Amino acid sequence: MSKLKVLTNGFIKENPVFVLVLGMCPTLAVTTSAVNAIGMGLSTTFVLLMSNVIISLLKPIIPKEVRIPIFIVVIATFVSIVDLVLQAYIPALAESLGIFIPLIVVNCIVLGRAEAFASKNSVFKSFLDGIGMGIGFTFALFVIGTFREVFGGGTFFGLPLPFLKGNEVLILVLAPGAFIVLGFIIAIVRSLQKN
Amino acid sequence: MAKKDSSFLKLVLSLSIVTVIAASALAAVYGITKDPIDQSKLNKKNNAIKLVQPGFDTQNGVIKEVKVLPEGESDSLTVYISESDNALFGAAVETYTNMAFSGRFEIMVGFDKEGKIMGTEVLKANETPGLGDKIDKKKDNFSLQFNGKNPGTMKMKVKKDGGDIDAITAATISSKAFCDAVDRAFKAFQIVVAQYESQKSEPTQVTSN
Repeated sequence: MSKLKVLTNGFIKENPVFVLVLGMCPTLAVTTSAVNAIGMGLSTTFVLLMSNVIISLLKPIIPKEVRIPIFIVVIATFVSIVDLVLQAYIPALAESLGIFIPLIVVNCIVLGRAEAFASKNSVFKSFLDGIGMGIGFTFALFVIGTFREVFGGGTFFGLPLPFLKGNEVLILVLAPGAFIVLGFIIAIVRSLQKN
Repeated sequence: MAKKDSSFLKLVLSLSIVTVIAASALAAVYGITKDPIDQSKLNKKNNAIKLVQPGFDTQNGVIKEVKVLPEGESDSLTVYISESDNALFGAAVETYTNMAFSGRFEIMVGFDKEGKIMGTEVLKANETPGLGDKIDKKKDNFSLQFNGKNPGTMKMKVKKDGGDIDAITAATISSKAFCDAVDRAFKAFQIVVAQYESQKSEPTQVTSN
């Protein structure tokens, strides 16, 4: 696989949300606004990137039998770092993402890429894969978050959109709205991929 | 057998080394971020105290922190008594409710010295976006109807329950929870003011000569 392909793989062909349908918990829960979606996406990207690189570096010295516990320790460390840094410097975002930052630990995209990619590929390729997957995830959250915020809340990045005033579709910002929007987007992506 | 022992040792060692490195990295980050985190929490609290006490001169005034446990409650509440020119100005009460849609939320309620509500501020809430989160005055006018009212002279309940409060449409539970939190704050406020006044009325001890 060429390096460019590794980078774009996560964005389109194997988009973690729209194609692999991984990491649904944060996808459904935090995409109530575009800001939340981007915050969550970038936090996950950071964790994914760092854990991919570290795991790829450690790969020659990790015994096969304990690789999963070691992956989890590495991932959990980076998640805790993100959590502390957000609380310290962007408290408003930390508050609105709440429990979903610590939950990145169990996000199957992160562990999945560690096991399926970083533990088998070079450091540089793992780095590219981390960026690609992370951006793919962020992009997917951003699309869902924007759609839900604009049509469900009548705002975009917190700025009110006057032409939507009074016409908000409230269900879109509620939990069922997440499933509905995600379902439609996956259907569109699937039909585009078939052609 | 010897070979197996060595590989077992290898497993233990590699896992231990990784966890030790991870722990030290975390300790370092914790050390760096501890102060900013405390600072941002403190700022938020101080800001809320100021916001719910409009007109209070924070430069020359004094704010005292008191913890009270109203009867029948399991958690104590923190009351910030504000004093200006050595007289009671009002108090900000950090209150909570366990009746919220998402279980619990915490608000700050400001009272003037007669017990009239001056303002409310949401501290920590996780109510449904678009519905229950309207308890925040940034999102809806719901909480503004409390301002200028005295919980002692009105029914701190939603109209559905025979009270005087207009509930948020489609978020009655959050509205009821908000009333519950304000009511709790008022109880704490009354206790604190009673204490405060009994202390004031006691003659100040003069050193006898």
